Amino acid sequence: MSLQVVTANRLDDGLVVFLTADGGWSENINDARTADGKEAANALLAEASAPELDVVIVGPYLIDVEQQDSGLVPTKYREVLRTKGPSVRADLGYQAV
Amino acid sequence: MAIVKNDSVIEQEWITVEAEDDLPSSDENLIVPLARFKEQRDDLLGRNGGLGVLLNPGDAPEDLAGDLDRLSIITVNFPAYTDGRGYSYGRVLRERMGFKGELRAIGDVLRDQILLMHRCGFDSYDLKVDGETALTKVRAALKEMSVYYQPTGDGRATALSLRERRRAAMEQKAS
Amino acid sequence: MYRYDDFDRQLVQERTEQFREQVKRRLSGDITEEQFRPLRLMNGVYLQLHAYMLRVAVPYGTLRCDQLRELGGIARKYDKGYGHFTTRQNIQYNWPKLDEIPDALLDLANVEMHAIQTSGNCIRNTTTDQYAGAAADEIEDPRPYCELIRQWSTFHPEFTYLPRKFKIAVTGSPNDRAAVKVHDIGLRMHYNDAGETGFEVIVGGGLGRTPFVGKTVRDFIGKNDLFSYLEAILRVYNRFGRRDNKYKARIKILVHELGVEEVQRLVEEEWAQIKDGSLKVGDAEIARYIEQFAPPAFEALSDDDADFERHKSESRAFSNWVRSNVIEHKQPGYAIANVSLKPIGGIPGDATDTQMELVADLSEKYSFGDVRVTHEQNLVLPHVKKADLFAVWTALEGAGLGTANLGYVTDIIACPGLDYCALATARSIPLSQRISERFGDLDRQHDIGELKIKISGCINACGHHHVGHIGILGLDKRGKEFYQITLGGDASQDASIGKIVGAGFSEAEVVDAIESLVTKYIDIRDGGERFIDTYRRVGMDPFKEVLYGDR
Repeated sequence: MSLQVVTANRLDDGLVVFLTADGGWSENINDARTADGKEAANALLAEASAPELDVVIVGPYLIDVEQQDSGLVPTKYREVLRTKGPSVRADLGYQAV
Repeated sequence: MAIVKNDSVIEQEWITVEAEDDLPSSDENLIVPLARFKEQRDDLLGRNGGLGVLLNPGDAPEDLAGDLDRLSIITVNFPAYTDGRGYSYGRVLRERMGFKGELRAIGDVLRDQILLMHRCGFDSYDLKVDGETALTKVRAALKEMSVYYQPTGDGRATALSLRERRRAAMEQKAS
Repeated sequence: MYRYDDFDRQLVQERTEQFREQVKRRLSGDITEEQFRPLRLMNGVYLQLHAYMLRVAVPYGTLRCDQLRELGGIARKYDKGYGHFTTRQNIQYNWPKLDEIPDALLDLANVEMHAIQTSGNCIRNTTTDQYAGAAADEIEDPRPYCELIRQWSTFHPEFTYLPRKFKIAVTGSPNDRAAVKVHDIGLRMHYNDAGETGFEVIVGGGLGRTPFVGKTVRDFIGKNDLFSYLEAILRVYNRFGRRDNKYKARIKILVHELGVEEVQRLVEEEWAQIKDGSLKVGDAEIARYIEQFAPPAFEALSDDDADFERHKSESRAFSNWVRSNVIEHKQPGYAIANVSLKPIGGIPGDATDTQMELVADLSEKYSFGDVRVTHEQNLVLPHVKKADLFAVWTALEGAGLGTANLGYVTDIIACPGLDYCALATARSIPLSQRISERFGDLDRQHDIGELKIKISGCINACGHHHVGHIGILGLDKRGKEFYQITLGGDASQDASIGKIVGAGFSEAEVVDAIESLVTKYIDIRDGGERFIDTYRRVGMDPFKEVLYGDR
């Protein structure tokens, strides 16, 4: 069982976003649509890689996540940092709000 | 696909053959890769039609020394716009070897590299868009900047030379 | 200092407009990300972990006070109130919005600054000695040549799509503070037999995943011929540098694979054909650039200042700062004041908007409006009267900028690492903070003496770990950060690449490991030996033993 979501950076302001259930992009990973298994994940990435999204987001890719009590949490530390902000500046990034 | 030269869209008048292709009839205008030119030089020069050579990255333009005045066109391939070897070939051909014919950029030729190509001696650009779009792009690209620091063979005055000229003019005025 | 004339100004403004147009075309979908990427990179715009990053060039590390003030203003207006000074003497902003970057670039253009060629496979910002024009040991101010290199390399039509990035560093002093031997081209000024000044040309140095100390391709090139010679090297590199593998594309690999003799032959052959061409720069032209960097109007002062001495004897904190952060100036009565951006436990190289504005004000009042950025991520007020040092220090101290640690164990170089960088494999900043806290005691730092710790968060080595006396490389080992230690690196005129001491350490272990190494050094050092001297004398084994025992 591997749960995955698609993340990218938004074109205009560069901030980290996640592909949502309705095909939009959210700053909150808990809004992300999850894919369970390889086939679903590939379909999710294919949707995010549609040429028309090139004017919305940059560089979509899949990340592994786990469903925890607090919500969806990436398994890799790099991706955890992207959902929060720099570990050395708790006042910046999504963790600050 | 459209070729822009001298501020207008021109017809494709050349047939490019690859290493293994049969040669077309003697009257056709023909472009061959450098390697084939070196192999079949005498046959190729003996044909009736015009002759050009295609340079790919890694080729040495110096191999054409002595034959340049018999070539009407040299096409330089940019397989990816990030492969900048063709810029050096352009300058070597124009500035060092004195090539006077058409120097055409082909391959991944995009608007934002055209000014650089022009500065390196290219005078025609094969773009993968329709004629009108191609012309608009080339025109926009060529007038985007008006200050140049480096002397190349393109005839543009450098900032250095313009400063020099201005100083001379002011000194003359003062005297 | 160099002032733009109308040509420079127009070029930067046109570039700003060009980029505004490119951003517009990108946002409207006229060009794809793939096509836009090199264009934004050529204007210093990266996409990092959290957001875009804008890298602004500080040509040869020299800033005027109004420029530094504007850098502070940009931090406030377009970013989150701070900037990060880098090992390339540049400044980075971590949170700009793409659609606002053209405005930020326009603000920069208005103070004669830009972000041109701070990224991309082109000739990058030329770096030099941060004490240029002030250092007592200098042969000649290298900045006139740096400015000429800046102009020659800006939008060079032939060298904008090189196999890989290309960095040039220049030193005008025999004591190399610009790390010229670990650059693609290093230029070291010296005298020839005729007593003229010119440059030794060193090629193929570099860090990254395959570090090399550069090799000399020419012992001496005269100043008039410098630019044609650079063009010859770049043409050889552009034509023959590898393009099949990104990691083998730097000129250091070409030098390594062909051998320096062959590269030298190719360069000399190329140069012979262009040396008498239009790139030859005449003496009169060079003189005009030297004039632009003429020394400021120093007062004739005695080298001793009674007030300065009195303040030192009255304030321990001030005298400590003078001891570590103030350096001899060539002009009697003046001194070079280093502003540490390494507060104990702080983030190396970061400065807030108000800190930048304060240093700008101090430079205007006390240093002829001149500020420098160092490749070790600090700032410098290069021309301060000794009589003014106490006032400068007091103001710095009040803004958290008075840390007395230049060259000490807490003056750590660290790249942004995984906290900001999309390429990083581990964090660098928290580790530098832990080490800084561990060694925070000033007496202890002074006792340890000069010790350069450099931390990179990935193999690309932006934190210069290969040339740290102690280098630390952060890696990812099965999802966990771990750190590899190298010893014996040196970026100076005695450049050397550090050697890996052994198996890596976890984040929790690495600070203890550093302390063990330092303790060992204290135990075995001879007289006034620095850490690097001791290492060179005794070799790796004693240090290896304290870390791994018999393992």
